[in-house]
Amino acid sequence: MSNELYNDGPIVHKPTFIDGTSVEIPELKILQQDGTVYEGSDMPDIDEALAVKVYKTFAFHRVLDERMVASQRQGRLSFYMAALGEEAASIGGAAGLKPQDMIMSQYREQGALMFRGFSLENFMNQMFSNDKDLGKGRQMPIHYGSKELNYMTISSPLGTQIPQATGYAYGQKLQGLDAVTLCYFGEGAASEGDFHAGLNMAAVQEAPVIFFCRNNGYAISTPADEQFKGNGIASRGVGYGIKTLRVDGNDILAVVKATQIARAYALKENAPVLIEAMSYRLGAHSTSDDPSGYRTREEEQKWQANDPIVRMKNWMLAQNWWDEAQETALYEKLREKVLAAVKVAEKIEKPHIDTLISDVYDVPSAQLTAQLEQVKTHINKYPEAYPFTAGKF
Amino acid sequence: MAQMNMLHAINNALDIAMDEDESTLCFGEDVGHFGGVFRATSGLQDKYGKMRCFNTPLVEQGIIGFANGLAAQGSRPIAEIQFADYIFPAFDQIVNEAAKFRYRSGNEFDVGKLTIRSPYGGGIAGGLYHSQSPEAYFAHTPGLKIIIPRNPYQAKGLLLASIRDDNPVLFFEPKRLYRASVGEVPTEDYQLPLGKAEIVQTGSDITLLAWGAQMEILQKAADLAANDGISCEVIDLRSILPWDVDTIANSVIKTGRLLVTQEAPLTAGFASEIAATIQQECFLHLESPVERVCGLDTPYPLALEKEYVADHLKIYEAIKRSVNY
Repeated sequence: MSNELYNDGPIVHKPTFIDGTSVEIPELKILQQDGTVYEGSDMPDIDEALAVKVYKTFAFHRVLDERMVASQRQGRLSFYMAALGEEAASIGGAAGLKPQDMIMSQYREQGALMFRGFSLENFMNQMFSNDKDLGKGRQMPIHYGSKELNYMTISSPLGTQIPQATGYAYGQKLQGLDAVTLCYFGEGAASEGDFHAGLNMAAVQEAPVIFFCRNNGYAISTPADEQFKGNGIASRGVGYGIKTLRVDGNDILAVVKATQIARAYALKENAPVLIEAMSYRLGAHSTSDDPSGYRTREEEQKWQANDPIVRMKNWMLAQNWWDEAQETALYEKLREKVLAAVKVAEKIEKPHIDTLISDVYDVPSAQLTAQLEQVKTHINKYPEAYPFTAGKF
Repeated sequence: MAQMNMLHAINNALDIAMDEDESTLCFGEDVGHFGGVFRATSGLQDKYGKMRCFNTPLVEQGIIGFANGLAAQGSRPIAEIQFADYIFPAFDQIVNEAAKFRYRSGNEFDVGKLTIRSPYGGGIAGGLYHSQSPEAYFAHTPGLKIIIPRNPYQAKGLLLASIRDDNPVLFFEPKRLYRASVGEVPTEDYQLPLGKAEIVQTGSDITLLAWGAQMEILQKAADLAANDGISCEVIDLRSILPWDVDTIANSVIKTGRLLVTQEAPLTAGFASEIAATIQQECFLHLESPVERVCGLDTPYPLALEKEYVADHLKIYEAIKRSVNY
C-alpha cells in the first residue's frame, strides 16, 4: 500500500546517489525593477483599485516602521521590528487572499495586517501596551492580533504557528468553508522542529494551508548559509510531497500571483502549498541589534537597489495609476498621522489591575482571585510604588 | 448502568462527545483504524469517519500544534499522546502555546476546546520510559487544567467535563487501571466537576490524599491503619490544576494531620505544593509534619519497581509515623 507513494527511479546495480542539491527550483519573476513586466508573464488578478490599495499599504508600512524605530531611539517605545525591504512578502500575501482566510504570522508581517485594515490606533495601542490594546498590554510591541481581521495573535516562540496553521486549515476544510490558512515564517524558523512537524502533517492530513517562507537571508545575525544546506527552504517542500513555488519576494506582482494560485490550489485539492519568497532584511532584526556587526554595506547596497516599493511605484507610474504629487501628499499625511497617533497612544492609561488575572482561564480560579486581592491590598499599602494602578481600583 | 473497565468508560465518553458535536475530533499515533495502542479509541473511526478520527505521523509537537490550531479555529480536538513519557516534544506547544493562547491575545483567540489525553503512571513493568507521572511539570503552568481519574466512573464523568470545558485540559489516564479497574458506569451522559476533590472515606485521625492509581494503594493503607484503630479520611484530589484547597484544608483542620502520596519523584512533585499550602492554611491545626510518600528522586526503575514505588506498606508506615509523632 505505502509503495504507491514512491516515484521509483531506475533499479541500479552500482550505488548511485542523488545529489543533496539536485532539486532544481524555478523562481517566479514578473516585474522588473524599472517597472516593466517580463515578456510572457502570467499576470496576477490585480486591478487599479487593488494596486492602489497595495501601494498605499506599502507607504503606510514604510512610514510606520521609520517612525517607530525613531520612537524607540527616543526612548518612547521599548522595542520594535521593522520589515524594511521585504514588505512585498507580507502585503502581497494578504493581497492574494480573501478576507475570510486566516493569516498566522511569525512577527515581521505587519504589512498583512495593515492590508487587512488594522487601524493606526490599534497598532499604537498594542505597541504602547495601553488600556486600549486588544491584547490587554500583555505582549511586547509588534505582537498584534485581531479576530475580526482573521489575523492570529503573534507569539514569540519561533515556528509554533506552523503546525497550528495546519490544524486551523484542517478545521476550515472539515467545516467546508471557502477559506484557507496562510502561515508566514522566516528561513531561520524553518530549522525548528515545528516546521517539519507542520509541513509533514499538512501533507499527510491534506490541509488547505499555504506555508509562506520569507527567506530574507538572516536569522538575527546568522546568515542563511549557516542555517541550512540544500536548495533553500523550497527543497524541503519537495521532500514532504508538497507543491512548491519559489518567487522573487521583492516582486509584488509575483508574490500576489503566487498566493492567488496557491489559494486556488489549496482549496480545490485540499492540499498544502509552500511558497519561498526570496528577499533581504534591509534593516536590523529588531531595535536591539546592529547589522553592521555581521554584514557588509556593499551587500546591503546591492539589495537596496531591489527595493520592492520603488519597483511597484515604477509600475504604477507606467500604468498611470499613480503620480508624484500623490506620492508626496501621501507620505506627508502619513508622517503627520503617525506622529499624532504616537502622542495619543503613549498617554493612554495602562490596563486595569484586574487584567492581571483575566484570560488565564475562562473564569479566574479561586487561587487567582485570592492572589489578586493580596496584590491589591499590597498596592494600597504602598501606593507610591505602583503609580499605574494605585487608587484606580 | 453497565460493568466497564476504564478503557471502556473512556471509549464511551469519547463516543458520546463525538456523537453530540460534529466538530469533535480524536487523533494521535495509531488512534485511527487500530483504535490506539490501548484501544481507547476503538471503533470511533468506523463510526465517525476518517476525517474525524485518524492516525497522525509520529510527531508529538505536531499533534499538539495541530490540535491548538484546530481549537483556535473552533473545532473541538481530543488529541492523544500515546504515553505521557513522550509528551515532552510537545512541551512547548502545551506550555508556551495552549496555556497562554487566551491570555496573550487578550481573549481574541483561545484553545479552550482542546483536550489532551495521555496514559500515564507506572506499575506495568514499563521501566523509565513507559511509567512516568509528569503532572508536576504542567502544574507549574497557569492556563492549563490537569485532571486524573481513579476509576471507570470517574474517568467517564471527568473526561466528558474536560472535553466540554472552555480551557485546555490535560487528562492523564492511569494506564495500570485501564483493564484492572472495573466498576458500574452509567451508559448515559453525565459529568463530574473539574477543580473539586472528593472525600472517598471520612475519618478523624489523619487526612490521606492522592490521585489516579495511587487512590487504590491509599485505600489499602487506610484499611491496614483501621485495623490499628486509626481513622483515616481518604480524599481523591482528581484535579491537579486548579486544585481544591478548601476541601483539603477543611479536612486537615478536622484531623490535624496530612499525608500526600504520588507516584512521581519526591522533589518538587505536586505533593510538595500541597504540603506548602496546607502548612500555610492549617499551621495551628497541624499535630505533625505533612507526610509525603512518593517515588524516589531517580528515573523510574524496572527490576526494582516494587522497591521504588510508594506502596501501601510505605504509606501505612507513614500514617503511623504521623499519628505517633
